Amino acid sequence: MNSSPVVARAPQQRSDPVSDLSAPDDLRTEELLITLIARLLEGCRLVSCGASSPIPGGGCLLARQQSGGAMQVNVLGSRVNNLMTNGGVELFDWAAQGRLDAFFLGGGQIDGQANINLVGVGDYPQAKIRWPGSFGSAYLYYLVPRVILFREEHTRRVFVEKVDFVSTPGTSDPEVYRTGGPHALVSPLCQMGFDKDRKKFHLVSVHPGHTVEEVLDNTGFEIDVPDQVPETVLPDRATLDIIRQQISLEIAETYPRFAAKVFPDAMNAA
Amino acid sequence: MTGLVHDSVDSLAALIPDGAKVAIPADYTGIAMGLTRAMIRRGVRDLYLVCLPTCGLQGDMLIGAGAVKTIETSAVTLGEFGGAPRFQAAVGDGSLTIKDATCPAIHAGIQAGQKGIPYMPLRGMIGSDVLASRDDWKVMQNPFSDGEDPIVLLPAIKPDFALIHAKKADRHGNIYIGLRREVMALAGASRQTLVTVEEIVDGNLLRDDATATGTLPALYVGGVAEAKQGAWPLAFWEEYATDEAHMTSYVAAARSPEGFKAYLDEFVTGGGARAAAAE
Repeated sequence: MNSSPVVARAPQQRSDPVSDLSAPDDLRTEELLITLIARLLEGCRLVSCGASSPIPGGGCLLARQQSGGAMQVNVLGSRVNNLMTNGGVELFDWAAQGRLDAFFLGGGQIDGQANINLVGVGDYPQAKIRWPGSFGSAYLYYLVPRVILFREEHTRRVFVEKVDFVSTPGTSDPEVYRTGGPHALVSPLCQMGFDKDRKKFHLVSVHPGHTVEEVLDNTGFEIDVPDQVPETVLPDRATLDIIRQQISLEIAETYPRFAAKVFPDAMNAA
Repeated sequence: MTGLVHDSVDSLAALIPDGAKVAIPADYTGIAMGLTRAMIRRGVRDLYLVCLPTCGLQGDMLIGAGAVKTIETSAVTLGEFGGAPRFQAAVGDGSLTIKDATCPAIHAGIQAGQKGIPYMPLRGMIGSDVLASRDDWKVMQNPFSDGEDPIVLLPAIKPDFALIHAKKADRHGNIYIGLRREVMALAGASRQTLVTVEEIVDGNLLRDDATATGTLPALYVGGVAEAKQGAWPLAFWEEYATDEAHMTSYVAAARSPEGFKAYLDEFVTGGGARAAAAE
């Protein structure tokens, strides 16, 4: 397992005493998730995040910074990081044109076959609990190669065996035009991958401070667990500095409340 | 009233009959909240509300006021202020007919309306319950493909009215929409567009390329009225931010029918100082 490239990049390799600051007691979960999302976007040319997505937005902006200018980022709701001049429909046109490499979807419920429910709990249409609706999911999930499923809540009420309403399916029959789908699932506990042939998630890494048992206890569907599950790689000191000093200010333009909560020092300094 | 220019939002609201099909844009486009309050004051009923492609406070208030019979939307949400309480209640008690969609499907229906064609094909949706719940959408074989290639067809959406708030209009009725280009499709698909603006300016917005490229020509416009802070309490473009305190108080009030009614009395229908000041 020590030969795994994931483990080889662990920040503990650094001898610089300053790197102790990136130990978990100083690192916020939001910062770890931003780092992890940025890693999942490596190599993309155009990415966008959707509405109400401060952490994915932060991940996109960090990935762009790390790409050295190779990546373009559209943050929905941003004025500075808006790439659209043909109205709100342009994002969907990019997806069908094959230009949009990555997007993010959440879900009130996500099930073991990567089906997503953004509509509600109970019988449709008179749901017991009604959520806002499917947004662009019933389209973007089919057309964006790297859809990252992201939820800040990892519980059995979110990760269910079977969704009550399929806003958008995790997989499609072979005759259905589909160039996109689930690439990864990111939660505050872990990262998962998805095998579309087996229609099943597998555990990729567990975040420091959490355990495989904790993930299994809080997941309502069956997942494949390898014999050795690595810890999620933490951001190194330089990455953490970029997040706190630069990405914090960039994301504050669209998400001031989020930035004030997660990056109070940067916001006060600005 | 001079030409297309009305003296008040209430005069614009009087143009909308009961039962009309009314299209409203997403919050980032510019929401005619002053006009929406005027519609509630007038007591409009039985609207078919089309949201391009989502809505928020505007839809929730119209639903709460009993003005909406059917809503076609990809989402109703108050964003960081949470779920839309009157929408959720009306779905739960069955008093609102909902046609759930996905964002690009509503854009596609509006684009078909804009082009005057019967339908638009669109990728995605096959195998979803969104498609399964829509008996007005069809799946057809792509006639240009040799292999099996099913694709969804969305019927044209042709609203009677589109309602928007924009930055400025000239006295000819040309509307500056800037980057909000989805308004072009929305206005093209709709029989007429009713507009409120922050200000009415002298001159002609179509005469200068710098403004003409971001202008909805008056030929699409059914009427325009000046409404300063006309999107309040919502944010409007880069002009002003959301009134967070007001939104928080709305969410608290709208949790119950009584609270919502009290909210309307205070800010919309009561005729009190605060309702008048709001317009």
